[in-house]
Amino acid sequence: MEFFKIKKDIPFMRNALIFNVISFLTFVAAVFFLFSRGLHLSVEFTGGTVMEVSYSQPADLTKVRGVVSGLGFADVQVQNFGTARDVMIRLPVQKGVSSAQQSDKVLAALKADDGKVVLRRTEFVGPQVGDELATDGLKALGMVVAGIMVYLALRFEWKFAVAAIIANLHDVIIILGFFAYFQWEFSLAVLAAVLAVLGYSVNESVVIFDRIRENFRRYRKMNTVEIIDNAITSTISRTIITHGSTQIMVLSMLLFGGETLHYFAMALTIGILFGIYSSVFVAAAIAMWLGIKREDLVKPASKKEDGSGDPNDPNAGATV
Amino acid sequence: MNRYPVWKYAIIVIALLVGAIYTLPNFFGEAPAVQVSAGKAAMRVDTGTQARIEEALKTAGLQADLVTFDGNSVKARFDSTDNQIKAKDAIQKALIPDPADPSYVVALNLVSRSPAWLSALHASPMYLGLDLRGGVHFMLQVDMQAALTKKAESLAGDIRSTLREKNLRHGGISRNGQTIELRFRDTATRDAAKRVFQDQFAELQTVDVPEGSEYKLTATIRPEAARKVQEQAVKQNITTLHNRINELGVAEPVIQQQGVDRIVVQLPGVQDTAKAKDILGRTATLEMRLVDESAEGREAESGRGPVPFGSERFTERDGRVVIVKKQVIITGDSLTDAQPGFDSQSQQPKVDLTVDAKGGRIMRDTSRENLKKRMAIVLFEKGRGEVLTAPVIQGELGNRFQISGAMTVMEANDLALLLRAGSLAAPMEIIEERTIGPSLGAENIAKGFNSVTWGFLVIVAFMATYYMLFGLFSGIALAVNLLLLVAVLSMLQATLTLPGMAAMALALGMAIDSNVLINERVREELRNGASPQAAIHAGYDRAWATILDSNITTLIAGVALLAFGSGPVRGFAVVHCIGILTSMFSAVFFSRGLVNLWYGRQKKLKTVSIGTVWRPEGSGAVAKSDANGV
Repeated sequence: MEFFKIKKDIPFMRNALIFNVISFLTFVAAVFFLFSRGLHLSVEFTGGTVMEVSYSQPADLTKVRGVVSGLGFADVQVQNFGTARDVMIRLPVQKGVSSAQQSDKVLAALKADDGKVVLRRTEFVGPQVGDELATDGLKALGMVVAGIMVYLALRFEWKFAVAAIIANLHDVIIILGFFAYFQWEFSLAVLAAVLAVLGYSVNESVVIFDRIRENFRRYRKMNTVEIIDNAITSTISRTIITHGSTQIMVLSMLLFGGETLHYFAMALTIGILFGIYSSVFVAAAIAMWLGIKREDLVKPASKKEDGSGDPNDPNAGATV
Repeated sequence: MNRYPVWKYAIIVIALLVGAIYTLPNFFGEAPAVQVSAGKAAMRVDTGTQARIEEALKTAGLQADLVTFDGNSVKARFDSTDNQIKAKDAIQKALIPDPADPSYVVALNLVSRSPAWLSALHASPMYLGLDLRGGVHFMLQVDMQAALTKKAESLAGDIRSTLREKNLRHGGISRNGQTIELRFRDTATRDAAKRVFQDQFAELQTVDVPEGSEYKLTATIRPEAARKVQEQAVKQNITTLHNRINELGVAEPVIQQQGVDRIVVQLPGVQDTAKAKDILGRTATLEMRLVDESAEGREAESGRGPVPFGSERFTERDGRVVIVKKQVIITGDSLTDAQPGFDSQSQQPKVDLTVDAKGGRIMRDTSRENLKKRMAIVLFEKGRGEVLTAPVIQGELGNRFQISGAMTVMEANDLALLLRAGSLAAPMEIIEERTIGPSLGAENIAKGFNSVTWGFLVIVAFMATYYMLFGLFSGIALAVNLLLLVAVLSMLQATLTLPGMAAMALALGMAIDSNVLINERVREELRNGASPQAAIHAGYDRAWATILDSNITTLIAGVALLAFGSGPVRGFAVVHCIGILTSMFSAVFFSRGLVNLWYGRQKKLKTVSIGTVWRPEGSGAVAKSDANGV
């Protein structure tokens, strides 16, 4: 089987401007939603109490809401979680009240209302922990960005590092934009997914950059645009198959992983789709505009090391 | 050219073997068991206990599948929950004569059903996190400021009495937060006081603050001393929590320090959070009282007479009866420290006690009046008192005194610990709490398992159709990756959580990338006209640099998560990082081994089964066909 019967190099770079404009617009929209709507942060970040209770019949949300707010909790969120019988109750941090006792109080009230209610899960997070998690999350993001840039700058060139980071950070912002627009819950697991995606979609750019470097060595006569087009074309099959495979796994989590893994898998899905787009259309184009040249990558010393020298050698690579 | 030397195959075989052995325990599942551990710090579980348990089971006519002793606890495994509960009752009856005073914790538990030879190799299943087995998780924050304030308060009292002893007249001692302020009328007294500070209060640093006609001296706790106070406070709180949790009868409680001032408590299987919270927050009290040594008291002690009026009957840890007067000399609030040590003269183990100034004064008076009499230290928990020790007063005591006598080092340690454990060193606040019901835990396991299985199967099916035999090899390599990943996690005894399972699925999804890279590269080499053997060789060789680069970038993200993540994210990050490392072995080294084994020997290889190698008609820019074609 072969899905990719490409006869000629696809002139990706000819339309680079259009792709980048599309991607810039998406980015702006994402930033707009991030600021206008904000992220719907989970209790892990905001502090507060989450309870998951399950009833024997489909739950009457208004009644549950009435019972909980009857206890004097302001700003209570009550919603279904997964099935109609499972209910998630979210209580904000209360000053003065020992917050750890909140869940016991609520459960007692719910039990009085309907004896068959079962507590499945509670989670209480103090406000100090939430702040810490937010700063730790930002630190982790910073470290990923810095680490990847340093590595790429050492392994390739600073232009590639900048291009890869811009392309992939824009993925991250777009994921966040989706979470802001749909007001999906942004939890620690989603943060982990976002950072994993960042590392993963940089992969993509790395594969293409690797090929660009190799092409610079092999095809002396091509210009930079042709080299990039050729590199993207010859790696496109791998890009799509790899992402497809990863997406199969993520889809399996989306289908079987239940509510807990739902947004985790969602973040990965968006990240993977935009990851393809940004590494294929955005990263290479930025690198091109930053002005990558053959001399940047093909240094006399590294050429000898590599051994894949003459492009016209029929036995290129076939060492014994 | 595509041949591995024998040692490479040997590495593969060994890795597979080790992987299989350490993965194996995860498949045996868990069996109901009864776990017996020490219920008090002074109690030790040893092989003697194991013998008693076996004896108890025999008399009850119960057959345990396996009884093991692992250094801290004895576990007896049973074939059914029925027998497990019967056995729990039997063991409880045999080991704990007085249910009000349990010296052992007998708890229901689940232990791995894996055979003894696997356990002997230290191959045990992964530890399931709370979200997979159900239970309670608490994170408590120790109020360090309160601990320091408490320390400053007791130091202020000490200073007051020391200055009085030395006859140094001061114009007032006050505590302002964590600083102690002293006023003097002249410089001479102030300097004398400073010398006293240098001699006796090394943990304080002083600063002169001239204030009007008075000379003010402010003393603060030195940073290193403050750090020690804080460390001590956390340690003592952990000890106290240990003692309290033992009452809950939890099989495998986790009580760990996290960071400087936090304590994590995990109680697998506990569902009653209200009770758990109640027990964690309870305060125990310690009281020092005189032993009633009147004739009636002695009579009552030997069990021949009634307890005299004004006295109470307590038992010591070893069951001896002590009749103690009701009047309290000092309470545990006055006790600031208790440390085990060695007597400099007799070289015997001892416990040094430090009480605050007020307590010291009372101790001095009491001891002077009651020389050669016994003083009992009583620990009250749940409103029930227990005499920790009842030594004879040998001399006049001050605010520092020692308990020595026929004690082993371990007993001295335990006593010091129990004395300190009486109360929390500093108040604690629950800052994070998580409860997961057992049914949710089981559901989460199923969800995680299904995600991994279905994703894996679909990927393998796709790879095998798209890349034929090479795809099948990739699938096998992916299975090996899963095997090694689980084996490494089991070896490290990592805690598996639902995010961890998600990371496992994701690791597999990403690991296939390496094989896709290789297979695509081999196809490309074939398309460009390389001979099959050369194509395989070049494909693996050239893909390697790319695989390394891309895995390192992913690893950077993983390490950042590991460094800054907490709780569930850490679980994710650990599996993610290990998954990347194992994938490099399985996807490159192992799959090459398979390919070499299959194709390497054939000198005149005509075709390889890697699916369609499509060539564009004519000569495009892509295909640089050359003379060396097939």
